[in-house]
Amino acid sequence: MGNGKSTLMAGQKPTVFNNAIVRQQTISAYLFLLPAMVFFVGFVVIPMVMCLATSFFNYSMGKPFEFIGLNNYLEMFKDQVFLKSLRNTFVLVAVAVPTVTAFSLWVSCAIYQMHAIKRSFFRCVFYLPVVTGTVAVAVVWKWMFNKYTGLLNYILNATGILNENVSWLGDAKTALWCIILILFTTSIGQPIVLYVAALGNVDPSLIDAGQVDGATPFQVFWHIKWPQIMPTTLYILVITTINSFQCYALIQLLTSGGPDNSTSTIMYYIYYEAFKLYRYGYGNAMGVILAIIIALLSALQFKVTGSGATD
Amino acid sequence: METKKSLITPGTVLTNIVLALLSVFFIFPLYWIITGSFKDPIAVNASPPVWFPTEPTLDNYVRLLSNPAMKWLWNSVLLSVVAMALTCLTAAMAGYVLAKKRFVGQKVIFSIMICAMALPKQVILVPLLKEMSALGLHDTLWGVILPTVGWPFGIFLMKQFSETIPTEMLEAARIDGAGETRTFVDIVLPMVKPGLGALAIFTFINSWNDYFLQLIMLNSSRNLTISLGIAKLQAEMSNDFGLIMAGAALAAIPIITVFLMFQKYFTQGIAMGAVKG
Repeated sequence: MGNGKSTLMAGQKPTVFNNAIVRQQTISAYLFLLPAMVFFVGFVVIPMVMCLATSFFNYSMGKPFEFIGLNNYLEMFKDQVFLKSLRNTFVLVAVAVPTVTAFSLWVSCAIYQMHAIKRSFFRCVFYLPVVTGTVAVAVVWKWMFNKYTGLLNYILNATGILNENVSWLGDAKTALWCIILILFTTSIGQPIVLYVAALGNVDPSLIDAGQVDGATPFQVFWHIKWPQIMPTTLYILVITTINSFQCYALIQLLTSGGPDNSTSTIMYYIYYEAFKLYRYGYGNAMGVILAIIIALLSALQFKVTGSGATD
Repeated sequence: METKKSLITPGTVLTNIVLALLSVFFIFPLYWIITGSFKDPIAVNASPPVWFPTEPTLDNYVRLLSNPAMKWLWNSVLLSVVAMALTCLTAAMAGYVLAKKRFVGQKVIFSIMICAMALPKQVILVPLLKEMSALGLHDTLWGVILPTVGWPFGIFLMKQFSETIPTEMLEAARIDGAGETRTFVDIVLPMVKPGLGALAIFTFINSWNDYFLQLIMLNSSRNLTISLGIAKLQAEMSNDFGLIMAGAALAAIPIITVFLMFQKYFTQGIAMGAVKG
């Protein structure tokens, strides 16, 4: 950093002094880092390494702990429930990520120029399901989706759209879509906050210039705002993808993966294998695959949205 | 811009109507939780539904408190406050040196943190459980707190905020003979206060709502958090919606209050965290 140099007095031996400063800086830097590193290494890095390592072992309760190479990985691709969970996960991600991104962009464009109080109000409203917490959100939706006392069936019957009660969470055809709907409501809060901040940072003189030149609102958006908010879009795509892949609590609380595994996702299935069947090694192997899929998708999103969008 | 604002076009009217309808849709679940918690069993199961409980009852709350609900609430508070305090302290220290010092291994450490952040954190829950069992921390609040503090997002956020400290100020302090600790406490901490505010509220809400981690780590009834408690009630008496809504209200109201009080910090912090450094 060379800041030390400026404190040097004339006549001192610069190199020795400098080395001493660098050494002292390094030591104090590590002392400052130490508490955070203890937690990070102890409870993030070590479990990650253990996850990878034990995925090559037969690590199950009541069975001998033995090295089985890639067997856990090979088993996965013959496991019908895993393949179904993989399919469900992809449906969920493929629907949730684009809709969350597009919808939050639309809302943000609509509210970011509003009066501060109004903007703040809408931002809070859309953030509300996130803050309320997954469990509270899940139990109230479970009630609203209930076949007999649920609000949804009442409204749809009263307005004549349906003429019988549907078991929304109990039917393999509708259950996953119910989960996606709730996931959607709990996912758009953060992207809206991010987009509103990003749109507020777009250089107003560029927008004015565009309008003077007679650009339509859509042209202003597409040629001026969209390129400037690209880094935010990328970030939103990545975090929404990660969150959607990890969708677990809603499923556990609403359907337990059923009916007939129609709402089982990889995350849910990992939990089921590891904590219900006590097959830790197999669960960890699926975890590794999930991490690889997410890493690949994130890399792809970086590529597609252009490497110029990030640092 | 001024001319645009005074213009009321069919487009803006339509946008406002759609936004209003969406707001109703997003607020409604919370409304249904709160009103539901005051309904008696007849009102809960009525068809057509009772839109507003005209004869509110506290019976659901009385029954809720026959469970250790206050203990669950206390566990949630304790867990979130401790996780918040530890995260803020460790992240502020680490973020400061990562932003403002140059030392051997700096790049490597920061890169590892960024990579870890991109991985799904739920994937490590299985080994984490094993580790906590080995440490004797399974079924204790520490089993939830320690991994929360370990997650590097806070360090990343505090690094972003620490970048804004003018280097001249740190240098001036050193010339005045202030030691590293003094510099950190007297100069760095006041400068990164908004960042700390954001991180505090962010960590508080996240640890309050981190259902999956709590579910893995906590078992015995008296160690549950409020989230786990409601999930347990739901599993045991799935159709007693009045009772479950009372539990949901008890879990949601404190955290929503905290959020509304500090939401300015919160929105700032999320936006700052996204600025890639």
